[in-house]
Amino acid sequence: MSLDKKAVRAIAELARIEIPDEDLDHLAGELSGILQFVEQLAEVDTTGIAPMSSVADLTLPLRKDEVTDGGQVAAVLANAPDADDGFFTVPKVVE
Amino acid sequence: MIIQGDTGDWEIVIGLEVHAQVISKSKLFSGAATDFGAEPNDQVSFVDAGFPGMLPVINEKCVEQAVRTGLGLKAKINLTSVFARKNYFYADLPQGYQISQYDMPIVGEGTLLIDLADGSSRAIGIERLHLEQDAGKSIHDMHPSKSYIDLNRSGVALMEIVSKPDMRSPEEAGAYLTKLRTILRYLETCDGNMQEGSMRCDANVSVRPVGSTELRTRCEIKNVNSIRFVQQAIEYEARRHIDVYENGGEIRQETRLFDSAKGETRSMRSKEHAHDYRYFPDPDLLPLVVAQDFVDGIQATLPELPDDKKARFMTDFGLNSYDAGVLVAERASADFFEQVAAGRDAKMAANWVMGDFFAAMNSGDYSWEKPPVSAVNLGKMIDLIKDGTISTRLAKDVFIFMVETGKDPAIIVEEKGLKQVTDTGAIEKAIDEIMAANPDKVAEVKAGKDKLMGWFVGQVMKATQGKANPGMLNELIVKKFQE
Repeated sequence: MSLDKKAVRAIAELARIEIPDEDLDHLAGELSGILQFVEQLAEVDTTGIAPMSSVADLTLPLRKDEVTDGGQVAAVLANAPDADDGFFTVPKVVE
Repeated sequence: MIIQGDTGDWEIVIGLEVHAQVISKSKLFSGAATDFGAEPNDQVSFVDAGFPGMLPVINEKCVEQAVRTGLGLKAKINLTSVFARKNYFYADLPQGYQISQYDMPIVGEGTLLIDLADGSSRAIGIERLHLEQDAGKSIHDMHPSKSYIDLNRSGVALMEIVSKPDMRSPEEAGAYLTKLRTILRYLETCDGNMQEGSMRCDANVSVRPVGSTELRTRCEIKNVNSIRFVQQAIEYEARRHIDVYENGGEIRQETRLFDSAKGETRSMRSKEHAHDYRYFPDPDLLPLVVAQDFVDGIQATLPELPDDKKARFMTDFGLNSYDAGVLVAERASADFFEQVAAGRDAKMAANWVMGDFFAAMNSGDYSWEKPPVSAVNLGKMIDLIKDGTISTRLAKDVFIFMVETGKDPAIIVEEKGLKQVTDTGAIEKAIDEIMAANPDKVAEVKAGKDKLMGWFVGQVMKATQGKANPGMLNELIVKKFQE
């Protein structure tokens, strides 16, 4: 599978990464190379093997339903570029 | 529901996605609290705020609640399920992705029975139920140029419950939401409060010519916050589609917003490119595996669900489908009714609970924890009617005194002297007095004007302050006139 300029532009937009037009060709080549590298895995015969979503042979540990966190407004907002009255504030999101 | 267009008849195809907030003390992947109405950002852990290096650890209660809901919807429980990242950017989504489930949800296909106004029921398919995180809350009206973000809701567990496109009218959609809410409340997995946003609904709507089985392009109407608005939005949207098709146009798949003030839907342009979520398994989370024993243990603790309860009320108590349906709509009302009806005339108990009791409940600041009249006292009052101490008519007064004072009905009857008069002599004496005072009317009745007999009944009732036993009074008056 190879990506063209248009696909790279769409992916960049979804990821909110600004890419100048002159870089698109180069990136399309690099990304296609990565995809081709990964596609080699398709050569392995996986007939009869259940799809895995993790390579670790472990299952998810569960925690008890207890309130153990929170009550730290100042710490939560400490790195916020902008905050007011306990809220994060951002440039207005117009709907 | 069939909509008549200019070119023919159309049918609506509706599927609903409900986001139900899970009842749990702490969040899906963090130990921060979930209570509604806390100070902004006071219930936020670094996990919920998407700080670098923070790792999610799943809350077992939320898993249990999802399985419980799945069992309540008679659905397949997937013992292995997988969490995935749904990627999108929004100011109230600090991680830049929502942890959700994609191709391996915790609950698979199920069924929900909806009850329609004509007394019939219909099965609606459930496609899936999955667990996911809620986002934070954006407030747009606190500042002219800024949006305010509160992350208290960020990370609270949601169950997204997706129906199959099985509904064909706004009425069916409303019945589905009503029934789903009832089941969630019976199970105590979600409080079902649409105003506070703990149950939110997105509707997928398309139309097709009657007789066709195709599925045409659908539009998704987001976050409508009451059942009535969902129904209005669906009807508006269906008519819009028909207009577009009949004028030779095409429907574009898009997300739309319902404007309840104008009663119309409109395109949400901001969501135009949002459909590419690039899901992938969350590398921070291993597959969720639950044991069959865990599922069986939950199954064993399921309460009697509304459909079963309704059927039992109809067979055991001889109630009709409508009455049984009203009483089981809330678990608390069903329990209340059962307490009142125990060992008594169930139809009479149902009438009192659904009549005077519901009216009193709605007229003041009451709740099931603090009802206007206790089930014990209402039951005792019914006993007093049955043994002839009070008539149904007097019982209405006793009921009002019970609401006012909370006293035992027997004490009220004693104190207020509301005992009905069943002494034949006393009633006869009252009749004689009224007859003696109104010879002209007596003559009219004797001349054949039977309707006037009712007037005599009323007068005697008045003279006895409503205490004359109505059955005996009627009988005695007829006898008097025959003499």
